[in-house]
Amino acid sequence: MKPKTVNLTLDGALIEAEKGSTILQAARQFGIHIPTVCYLENLSPYGGCRVCVVEIGHNGGGKTFLDTSCTHEVREGIVVQTKSPRVIRARRMLAELLVASAPNVKIAQDIAARMGLLRVRFPMEDQRCILCGLCIRMCSEQMDGRALGFAGRGVTKRVSLPFETRPETCRLCRGCDYVCPGMVAPCPGIKEPGELCGRCTRLEEMPNCCPTGTFGCFCERNPL
Amino acid sequence: MRRIRTVFDLEKWKREIIAKQGQYETEISVCGGTGCHAYGCKKVKNELVKAIRKNGYRSKVRLKFTGCRGFCERGPIVTIQPQGIFYQRVQEKDVPAILSETVAQGRVLEYLLYEDAVTKRKVTSEKDVSFYQKQQRVVLENNGLIEPTKIEDYIRIGGYQALAKALGEMTPDQIIDEVKAAGLRGRGGAGFPTGIKWEGCRKAPGFPKYVICNCDEGDPGAYMDRSLLEGNPNLILEGMIVGAYAMGAKQGFIYVRHEYPLACRNAETAISQARKVGLLGQNIMGSGLDFDVEIAQGGGAFVCGESTALIASIEGKVGEPRSKQTHTVIQGLWGKPTNLNNVETWANIPMIIQQGSQWFSSMGTEKSKGTKIFSLVGQVKNTGLVEVPMGITLKEIIFDIGGGPQNGKRIKAVQTGGPSGGCIPAPLFDLPVDFDSLTQVGSMMGSGGMIVMEEGTCMVDVAKYFVHFLQEESCGKCLPCREGLKRMGEILEGITDGQGNGESLFLLEELAQVVADTSLCGLGKTAPNPVLSALRYFRPEFEAHIEQKKCPAAVCTPLIKYAISQGGCTGCGACQKVCPTQAIAGERKQPHRILAELCGKCGSCRDICKANAVLVQ
Amino acid sequence: MDYKPVEGIIGRYQGKRTALISILHDIQDHYHYLPEGVLKKVSARLEMGLSNIYGVVTFYKSFSLVPKGKHSITLCLGTACHVQGRGKILREMTKLLNIEPGETTRDKKFSLQVVNCLGVCAIGPVMLVDGRYYGEMNSLKAKRIIQKLGTNKGGGKA
Repeated sequence: MKPKTVNLTLDGALIEAEKGSTILQAARQFGIHIPTVCYLENLSPYGGCRVCVVEIGHNGGGKTFLDTSCTHEVREGIVVQTKSPRVIRARRMLAELLVASAPNVKIAQDIAARMGLLRVRFPMEDQRCILCGLCIRMCSEQMDGRALGFAGRGVTKRVSLPFETRPETCRLCRGCDYVCPGMVAPCPGIKEPGELCGRCTRLEEMPNCCPTGTFGCFCERNPL
Repeated sequence: MRRIRTVFDLEKWKREIIAKQGQYETEISVCGGTGCHAYGCKKVKNELVKAIRKNGYRSKVRLKFTGCRGFCERGPIVTIQPQGIFYQRVQEKDVPAILSETVAQGRVLEYLLYEDAVTKRKVTSEKDVSFYQKQQRVVLENNGLIEPTKIEDYIRIGGYQALAKALGEMTPDQIIDEVKAAGLRGRGGAGFPTGIKWEGCRKAPGFPKYVICNCDEGDPGAYMDRSLLEGNPNLILEGMIVGAYAMGAKQGFIYVRHEYPLACRNAETAISQARKVGLLGQNIMGSGLDFDVEIAQGGGAFVCGESTALIASIEGKVGEPRSKQTHTVIQGLWGKPTNLNNVETWANIPMIIQQGSQWFSSMGTEKSKGTKIFSLVGQVKNTGLVEVPMGITLKEIIFDIGGGPQNGKRIKAVQTGGPSGGCIPAPLFDLPVDFDSLTQVGSMMGSGGMIVMEEGTCMVDVAKYFVHFLQEESCGKCLPCREGLKRMGEILEGITDGQGNGESLFLLEELAQVVADTSLCGLGKTAPNPVLSALRYFRPEFEAHIEQKKCPAAVCTPLIKYAISQGGCTGCGACQKVCPTQAIAGERKQPHRILAELCGKCGSCRDICKANAVLVQ
Repeated sequence: MDYKPVEGIIGRYQGKRTALISILHDIQDHYHYLPEGVLKKVSARLEMGLSNIYGVVTFYKSFSLVPKGKHSITLCLGTACHVQGRGKILREMTKLLNIEPGETTRDKKFSLQVVNCLGVCAIGPVMLVDGRYYGEMNSLKAKRIIQKLGTNKGGGKA
């Protein structure tokens, strides 16, 4: 039996998407690229990085708002724009914030390059954890390790083991390392403070910068 | 205590209570709100208890330890019925005179009366006090008449009659229609039409359904909900039971901040008494309604005032908000339909049922019906809780009720809506206060906090304060709020440190826009409001900090200097004694001076100088 | 460590998950902090993951995993108090006690914390010391109160 579908407009095109799916899933199905940081297929969506925001409106006009495509379920009659000026502005600033706090995490540099960032106007830090929560969701949803969780809140939020000790339920499966974006160093290695990469956007440098020789930084995480 | 099994039981008991309490010739009410506690009201009450017993007045005088009366500036407040005498700033030592003069002989004690700031005349009765005159205290009215820990007091003044009417004469749909017709909008800040919310919950599929009362009141400067829950918890319970009947809910929660222990205790007492009496539990008043209420405590997190974070907190999780694409009335607590309303919203329900939607909607403006309680605080003469009909102007609240500036300086602005709102400059004080008018000028009415600021307030400092506050309270889940607010704080810190440059304001505005656009929840979405409104109306102040490295209001420490006026200084040496860094030089009876290199800018000298000779530049 | 009171506290709330925060408050009132062993018991009895419990305890500001000082000093972080000069009082407190908000002095005498609006704005700036409210504070008055507590050799609250 054919699953129930809804009709929506995605970047100007009228499409049919499966009811209960998210805008991100629908977009990927139709080949529209939306960058993500804290999303991984087969793990529940978190909606924490906000990079995948899209502009959502309604058929009859009226006000639009931004929401994360990874969590927003498709509804009949919505009008979605994945690259409107408002979205681009938001993503650029989010990229700037991300790369200012974690310049040595590859995905931060990737998003910055993708958004065409040329400079960072905030004092740079060097965090290695971007609080995407992928390790936590991997541990609890896929591996039943029940070992990782968030502790603290706000700027002092961190990923932690309960009482900073590894519980017995942790089987050292290394699933957390596998999904962690912070484990992937930027292509040419650790950066100088304030250094932005973006080499993959500069055609003349592209063939030389990526160690695997594939098409620039938009490889595994952000399929073209 | 009785068991109320039918509506008639309620009526009968009310008549018995009135008869029993009619034996008292005099009733003395002592305000027991937290504010008055800080001023020693408990001592006053204890002293009165002793004195009444000693003088053999126990059968003639009823002493009531009530909830917050709202005029916190003048606490402890003691009123005497039936004469309606209003005493303020009462201390322990005044008790004997109150009993011997006023109670025994009807003589008024002049020095305890309120003196009108404008006419300079003393006022005897409560209704003549200018603070109360322009108010319309329909919700707060009974705070001074009842002891919150006695359900009998509440029944005596007509409590639970609305519930009796709802259960006995109305259907759930009729109740919801009435709430819709009244035009009640959520008093927690967002102002969503309550009737429509209730309808959504009623229609939502799922069982069991929940109703929640939000007493997390995190907005700094706001304490209306505290006073309501402390002073009249049965009012809220009644509203919730009516709501449960209308929406088909079985269980209710009152979520109280940990910082409100008295409200929590009084609510607990009200719940346990209501249970004993049969107003909570099974088959309430013979209607077949089963409903009970529990208290859930907060742990010290402002974000838990947000409905989805509050629900997560009740579920025993961290207070992290979630996407509101599916509203809580469809999927809320434990995934079930949940109706969450603010304390003040619930408190309005019994009145609407009892007196009708037409009466309610006759107050207020076209789109904002009814009254609203504001907490008028800051640098204004009469601070306290103010209940006024919607549509009254800011000027009337601040000057007619508030009595104008506290220190005689010019009033610069008023901050409304807490960290989600903004500042409104003095030239705009003719604006009416309701849900929509303030939003148009970049602020919002919010939950009702109104903080008055005089000339000596630095608006850059206030913007910085709000950003730091929200940074502390952010749950940290989403990037724009967590990192964005941090960076906004850095920029503002730089400006107040004298490190701002030409780009600072532009970057601040750009950042603010994205934080507002992309944040997950209301905290982040409205976080930029205080900054943006300060920039909108006080941009020159920001520019002065950046371009001239000066703080016009003389507040930002790195940009100011303390100095002693040579003409004003009497040479008493008091400042020298309190200066922690020994930065003051001078001989006795000679004008002193402050050594800038040693000065830590703590302000102790200014606090102690009787001649007001310490200047801040 | 005596775990007997824990059963009583959990029993008082019928072991409900919705009462987790109330249970933690009662435990902290009894032990003056939240001991790891007790939290493990709570996790087992309420059938809630230890990661969750740890997350909750570190999320909410009221809870402390380390023993608190004999005297607790709380400054109100509210706007009204701020506008009336609370910032200076906080600076004085941190200088005098040599600790930051959220910390306890080494001699375990004082714990300092800032709290989001205590709701007594009319009498700001407000300082809460050992459950007692002090209104209309300034740095001088605050210093005097602390000094008086510091020299109070007798046990119990000031």
